Amino acid sequence: MRLDIRDLRVSYGGIKALKGISLSVDEGKIVTLIGANGAGKSTTLRAISGLQKVESGAIVYNDENITGMPAKEIVRRGIVMVPEGRRVFPDMSVRENLLIGAFLRTNKAQIEEDLVYVYTLFPRLKERTWQMAGTLSGGEQQMLAVGRALMSRPKLLIMDEPSLGLAPLVVRDIFSIIRRVNEDGITVLLIEQNANAALRVAHYGYVLETGSIALEGPGRDLLVNPSVQEAYLGKQRKKDKKPQEAK
Amino acid sequence: MGTFLQHLTNALSLGSLYALLAIGYTMVYGVLRLINFAHGEIFMISMYTVFFGLAIFLLPWYVIFILTIVVTALLGVLAERLAYRPLRDAPRISILISAIAVSYFLQNLATVLFGGRPLTFPQVPLFTDVMALGGVRIPRLSILVPLIAAALLLMLTFLIKRTKTGLAMRAVARDYDAARLMGIDLNWTIAVTFFIGSALAGVGAIMWGMKYPQINPTVGAMPGIKCFIAAVLGGIGNTAGAVIGGLVLGFAEIMLVALWPALSGYRDAFAFVLLIVVLLVKPTGLMGEKTTEKV
Ligand SMILES: Nc1ncnc2c1ncn2[C@@H]1O[C@H](COP(=O)(O)OP(=O)(O)OP(=O)(O)O)[C@@H](O)[C@H]1O
Ligand SMILES: [Mg+2]
Repeated sequence: MRLDIRDLRVSYGGIKALKGISLSVDEGKIVTLIGANGAGKSTTLRAISGLQKVESGAIVYNDENITGMPAKEIVRRGIVMVPEGRRVFPDMSVRENLLIGAFLRTNKAQIEEDLVYVYTLFPRLKERTWQMAGTLSGGEQQMLAVGRALMSRPKLLIMDEPSLGLAPLVVRDIFSIIRRVNEDGITVLLIEQNANAALRVAHYGYVLETGSIALEGPGRDLLVNPSVQEAYLGKQRKKDKKPQEAK
Repeated sequence: MGTFLQHLTNALSLGSLYALLAIGYTMVYGVLRLINFAHGEIFMISMYTVFFGLAIFLLPWYVIFILTIVVTALLGVLAERLAYRPLRDAPRISILISAIAVSYFLQNLATVLFGGRPLTFPQVPLFTDVMALGGVRIPRLSILVPLIAAALLLMLTFLIKRTKTGLAMRAVARDYDAARLMGIDLNWTIAVTFFIGSALAGVGAIMWGMKYPQINPTVGAMPGIKCFIAAVLGGIGNTAGAVIGGLVLGFAEIMLVALWPALSGYRDAFAFVLLIVVLLVKPTGLMGEKTTEKV
């Protein structure tokens, strides 16, 4: 498994959302893409998963150019996205949501196997098999969204802000699940606003700034990088401190 | 008692016909958030198809019935492909106008091809014969229509609830992008929805024609608008709601005519009154969903 993005450009009307970004995801790794609101993180993932039309550049997956392919073909190849805001199907049961994740698969026995796997990852979902997804809590919906994605047996799992709007304890759960599925052999490309948690779990990270890659490096290097700390980790250098904060 | 039974079967068969057509509106609304104004005209084209097959080409009725259903279904798919799909990402109003255009196009096409003079829908004795039931004489059709409709509705329910295609349709109705991320083919699923909805309109048209045997290019307009009302009445987007809306409308109309024959001239207007009253009390329709929709 290997994903390479080369000089990817995406525009919405006249607005350039991605101004030529390049990045790579290696087999077995957790790679994260961090950046401020509107930096173009979601756009990148939507382009990879075939939801967003690309202006130029290439998305290459296992030596195959998948740029502009329909979403279905991309899922078939083993790239699956957990979208921003969970997007579970509210009027379907938890079980149906999980089964729809396996939409393109036909081997019933394997699907059942994966259902068991997802239920061991998320015991909370097992208890709620027949509950309508719309009545789940935010954290449970996020678990369901991840579980649903896993039901397609992905090789590459891409996640758009899985920790958004969740309580710290649930965020911890989600990140430990990310680690767990990665240990089970699934490569992960993760977008986060929660740069601290993301860089801690990631092997490699990219920093996206208004449509361009500003920085890249191993997760723990970025974690201690002063400009990353300042911009994304909420740590300020002494000289920048405002008087009223200095007490 | 006898007349009551007659009214009852009448109401049931009219209501079932409304239901068959209303489902087409509701299904299309579900996946496209579009009121398919051409639905009534697709219904009209099926009536002409039956006429030409039976009265001109003298084909056996079962051949022409199946052929009609297929032709109608494909016409629905074609309308989606040519007039709606290119506008799927455009503002909703554009696609709505496109639907109105398709509706007028088909009406005018029928006028050009078949003329404006009304034709008489051919009778199929197996369906249209009158039979005696409990001392009353009832057209066999009045019994067959609800039965056929009920069988089709059961099949449809099974399809929606228990098959992969149904799962895809429900997913697409809820969230395009999430559905695509599951590997669901949006175009295919929407086409299938039009196919099924139009096929049901085809069945409805065949039975409607035997019940009200007059065909002209605007014959689909009134049933079309009434079944749209039935769909809204039941809660648009909801299949069970369309059936209930159709039945309610059918019963209300027949009962109005039965109880106040003097008012029977107002039966079409009555449908609109019923709609307004229901929407005032329950804006989402009888079975409408509480969740706010994209539109
Ligand atoms: N459908 C759209 N139409 C027009 N502009 C868009 C659209 N989607 C995104 N944009 C613009 O593209 C830029 C990048 O958006 P994107 O959603 O990729 O940001 P993001 O990094 O995911 O931000 P956030 O952290 O807030 O989710 C933004 O300026 C946004 O306004
Ligand atoms: Mg985003």
